Amino acid sequence: MTEHIYLRRRERESMTTAPDRSPEDQQPAWREDFPIDWPQDQYVERRDFMKFLVLTSVALAVGQFWIVGENWLRRRRGLPPVRRVASLSEIPPGASLVFQYPGELDNCVLVRLSERDLVAYSQKCTHLSCAVIPEPEHGVLHCPCHEGYFDLRSGVPTAGPPRRPLPRITLEVRRQDIYATGVEMRTT
Amino acid sequence: MAKPDNFYFFIDPNRCIGCQSCLHACTECDTHRGESMIHLEYVDRAASVQTVPVVCMHCEQPTCAEVCPADAIKRTADGIVQSARKPRCIACGNCVVACPFGVPELYEDRKIMMKCDMCYDRTSVGKKPMCATVCPSQALFFGTKEEIEQLRPLSAPVNQFQFGAQTITTQVYMMAPRAVATRAPYVDVTAAMSDHATSRAVTLKVIPAATGGATERLSDDPFAGVEV
Repeated sequence: MTEHIYLRRRERESMTTAPDRSPEDQQPAWREDFPIDWPQDQYVERRDFMKFLVLTSVALAVGQFWIVGENWLRRRRGLPPVRRVASLSEIPPGASLVFQYPGELDNCVLVRLSERDLVAYSQKCTHLSCAVIPEPEHGVLHCPCHEGYFDLRSGVPTAGPPRRPLPRITLEVRRQDIYATGVEMRTT
Repeated sequence: MAKPDNFYFFIDPNRCIGCQSCLHACTECDTHRGESMIHLEYVDRAASVQTVPVVCMHCEQPTCAEVCPADAIKRTADGIVQSARKPRCIACGNCVVACPFGVPELYEDRKIMMKCDMCYDRTSVGKKPMCATVCPSQALFFGTKEEIEQLRPLSAPVNQFQFGAQTITTQVYMMAPRAVATRAPYVDVTAAMSDHATSRAVTLKVIPAATGGATERLSDDPFAGVEV
């Protein structure tokens, strides 16, 4: 007598019954994309998988050409200009100075380690581009975002997430004036 | 792994004695992380001591999943509506408001909804849910349909519930008196809300001392075959 209530009303792989109990072909299309049942939610169609493969491959190929184009443009731009940063008398030993080089938005930091030693690095941390802060008393450049540390004398990372050294700005002293002459990109 | 097809969950609120064993057993199930997912509700506390254990009814058309904006509530192929998927749940509480049985619970501190999943770690390997193993009066029963028919000859399972215009078919069965269940094969919950508990006199029949002694009476125990 009560046997019928134990019957399974729904096929295991069938589409979820909508609250209004109308058949599958009358349902809005989004129901197919957001099924309630786990097997359908996990199911990936062969066509969807192929779309993913093709689009990802195309994106990777386009990316290669993008890199080539960027390199070509950089080479055309030539060497950065020589620019006066400050005069030696402005920064006593142990002091530091932020300046823009080679572009207007490229912040760099100049540190006078001693009477004769001057170093300058790009201020962008090589991890996620936060501004690094020179700490000459500890001999490091500190990135406060993720506790990254760079050696002040060489710019190589010593602790924290950064793995690449900071780009070094080559400097020249001419008649008590400091000039930035180039950017040295390094990988190790 | 999945819940065996021939095992069903039965709730018999008639038999509930409000002992709260199920609440405490529920916290020991691994899938709930120490939280009790079962609700023990008083029907009409001013007038009656009757309690009802509320577990997830595992609906055919789960309202919680229908209203979920993050697509986080999923049902496995064996019909068990699972707790919210952790990477998707945004703890908005839509399901808590929408569930007609009031089952899902929102945990604000860990930003997730958790609900009764019929102890999926246990039922998927053929064990009973924690609440059904401890219930001393077997108001929560997990077993085959043959077992329930033999144990509860006066009751019949009902799995359709009417909430206003919404009819819900569930995977979990509610035991109703057999006469009532044959007359109305669904429970009209909205209509039942205006019902009041009627006081009734309980009389205990005095059984004359059995001739065979205690051993014979023990064999009448309807729970003798119940494996917990």
